[in-house]
Amino acid sequence: MNAPHIPLLPGFADPVDDAQRIFRAVLAALSRPGMLQAISGLPPAPAPLCAASGAVLLALADYETPVWLQSPSPEACAWLRFHCGAPLVDAPAEAVFAVISQPLALPPLAAFAQGLPEYPDRSATLIVHSAGFGDQGLRLTGPGIQDECRLGIDGLAPDFWRSWQSQQGHAPLGVDLLFVNGDSLLGLPRSTRVDVEGKGE
Amino acid sequence: MNTVAGYNFAYLDEQTKRMIRRALLKAVAIPGYQVPFGSREMPLPYGWGTGGIQVTASILGRSDVLKVIDQGSDDTTNAVNIRRFFAQTAGVATTDSTGEASIIQTRHRIPEKPLGEHQIMVYQVPLPEPLGRLEPREAVTRKLHALADYGLMHVKLYEDIARYGHIASTYDYPVLVNGRYLMAPSPIPKFDNPKLHMNPALQLFGAGREKRVYAIPPYTRVESLDFEDHPFSVQRWDEPCALCGTADSFLDEVVLDDAGGRMFVCSDSDYCKTRQGAGHTGSQSPIPAEAT
Amino acid sequence: MYVAVKGGETAILNSHELLAAARRGDEGVPEISPAQIREQMRLGVARVMSEGALYDEELAALALKQAAGDQVEAIFLLRAYRTTLPRFGYSLPVDSGRMNIRRRISAAFKDLPGGQVLGPTYDYTQRLLDFSLHAPAACKLPPCADEPLPAAMPRVADLLGHEGLMEAELPPAGDPAPGDLSREPLRFPADRATRLQNLARGDEGFLLAMGYSTQRGYANSHPFAGEIRMGEVALEIVPEELGFPIAIGEITLTECQMINQFAGSSTVPPQFTRGYGLAFGEAERKAMAMALVDRALRAAELGEEVVAPAQQPEFVLSHSDNVEASGFVQHLKLPHYVDFQSELELLRKMRKRHEGRKKVSVTEGNPLFGTGGKAHTEIAVGENA
Repeated sequence: MNAPHIPLLPGFADPVDDAQRIFRAVLAALSRPGMLQAISGLPPAPAPLCAASGAVLLALADYETPVWLQSPSPEACAWLRFHCGAPLVDAPAEAVFAVISQPLALPPLAAFAQGLPEYPDRSATLIVHSAGFGDQGLRLTGPGIQDECRLGIDGLAPDFWRSWQSQQGHAPLGVDLLFVNGDSLLGLPRSTRVDVEGKGE
Repeated sequence: MNTVAGYNFAYLDEQTKRMIRRALLKAVAIPGYQVPFGSREMPLPYGWGTGGIQVTASILGRSDVLKVIDQGSDDTTNAVNIRRFFAQTAGVATTDSTGEASIIQTRHRIPEKPLGEHQIMVYQVPLPEPLGRLEPREAVTRKLHALADYGLMHVKLYEDIARYGHIASTYDYPVLVNGRYLMAPSPIPKFDNPKLHMNPALQLFGAGREKRVYAIPPYTRVESLDFEDHPFSVQRWDEPCALCGTADSFLDEVVLDDAGGRMFVCSDSDYCKTRQGAGHTGSQSPIPAEAT
Repeated sequence: MYVAVKGGETAILNSHELLAAARRGDEGVPEISPAQIREQMRLGVARVMSEGALYDEELAALALKQAAGDQVEAIFLLRAYRTTLPRFGYSLPVDSGRMNIRRRISAAFKDLPGGQVLGPTYDYTQRLLDFSLHAPAACKLPPCADEPLPAAMPRVADLLGHEGLMEAELPPAGDPAPGDLSREPLRFPADRATRLQNLARGDEGFLLAMGYSTQRGYANSHPFAGEIRMGEVALEIVPEELGFPIAIGEITLTECQMINQFAGSSTVPPQFTRGYGLAFGEAERKAMAMALVDRALRAAELGEEVVAPAQQPEFVLSHSDNVEASGFVQHLKLPHYVDFQSELELLRKMRKRHEGRKKVSVTEGNPLFGTGGKAHTEIAVGENA
């Protein structure tokens, strides 16, 4: 193994408890779309990862889950290989987890694994760095949401929600999203319907 | 600190937990769909809750409070045994109280006390495939789920009506989750089916021997299959619980002697105990044989 | 006054003590040691290793002692233990052609290079109870052969292969790494490598019955025991840091190659095909049964008509595992009274309907369930009220 030029950042302080805690936050996020989950006390992760996207990978990725980084850096690759043992892939379609650090340049959702009709679970989970969360702009409905949920997700390309809606035409196939920003985590499973407010269609 | 030397927190190794956790996340994202997972051999036999145990072990944290019930009761030997397993391997707090639990592992019942958003139900599932009794080949049932082709089940239910005048499933009564996937609710009595619908708690299902997990997220539509002229219905008892007097819980029939004497008592032991503690009381006496 | 049953941790703990006492039996008889089991019950140990999917004679013997000789329970103990073991890597495929042979027979040829080697076998014992075994006795080894066995003995199937009469055993396109059933769930259709993994862990009794059924006409099978060989093979791994194989020990294996006729197809000339069986230790019955079932499961791939249970992969592979089967059959011991109560209620309702229809006056109830009848009524609730 090649020694990295800069010292490797550490992973979880307590791999068992930290992984469990982060997983429960991700589980809550995908179970209750639109409800922000706080994840604190995260170790720093090398760019382009942020502490939150790094923590999700530390908790869930391993040698069985190819990871795709939108803008890979040697530090992030070395860190993921060391702490997760995860293979890094060049093609989005091969990834189980993908980290989108520049959401304005997000590849089409269809570029990622969508699952198969008989195995829709064989699809990618995208961890998207959002520029922040607001409380308006989007109306979410679907499983995990009692009536409806209104919120905003900043920093996405203007046509993003159109591609989300077109993915729903292929349900139950599709990708699942985890938005991260600072210490916050927000889940958007493929089952969530998103209407953009003020834009009658 | 772990209470059993040589084993990881909650018995499973971290790689196995990650694999199950990933499967659970996909299960939540695709409500009612059965996600295959690399089920491990557990130190308890297949068919005795290995799926539920693996799910619980994968989600459990040190601050969780665990309740385990079998047939609604905390005191049945299998519930005692599984609770003991987690107390030993994870050192977590356990409780009999439905309200105090953050995770409730169950076999065959949903507690009578409504669940809250902070709770997770974990169901032990023996046979996860709702179409399995009609079509045993998984290669075929996977295709039927992919096509949402549930004609087989509708025909079966219709034949029941033609033959018996009503649908003859009393437990493991099939449900449609989020309008898409047909799901086996594990063999809970159909009495409990309405509790699956729009439940504030997250509901996770684990089938160890059949190597699948599935989920119903909170606030998800869950419909019990029926026909317009034969709407879904649940059983009710004429007798209230002989111990706590409730008329709205699932009752166990307890045979008291060999002359037909018996009693109907709550299957949910915590519910019954709590009511009795609050001063509610039932007839306390058996139904004489001739009375029925 | 009725009081609900308390299952109770005490009852469970007491039952463990009763079990330990029952396992020990009469304390006037010396206690058996795992070493005695390992040395003197080696065929039982081999089966526990094979179906427990862990090659460890010490632990298999310990499991047999703990299980009081119950093989399926011992297999379960070993499986539950193996699942917690970290894995350091995968071995290279073992080469049974380089086996240090202790037994090797072929039913297809009278003689063959390397010869027939009878080895230790029950085959020609006359199954007369040997009362002398009541008492310990020294045993004597037979005289050594005049010359040692050849270092490498060609496999019978390979001899036929030279003539083109035997199908070639080629890796599938791209030579993909085989799956790992102990990490991934079984999915259908299952490739042959996955099927063989399943059969290798499968219950000997189940495979025996399935294999037997193919001989009796439930699958068009005409097998010959092409070769059975048993002996020791070296196990090699390639450590990352070395980059070349090193031997880490040797294991005893029994291998069986069944030869079956195949009529050929439009693209393939008539030839012999193979069924393959492999088991840890001395386990000839298991290896042979496995080979029969493996061949039967190839029916679809060879374009044969699938008519018998042994030819149906889902049927065979889903029911071969005795840890799964034993658990699920025995889970019927667990309380089912909630579901039973629901069935009882339904049955009473159906009987009432039946009686009403027949207009027959009934004077006696069902003796099993008291007099049945009135305890339940049904009310309709709106959809998911």
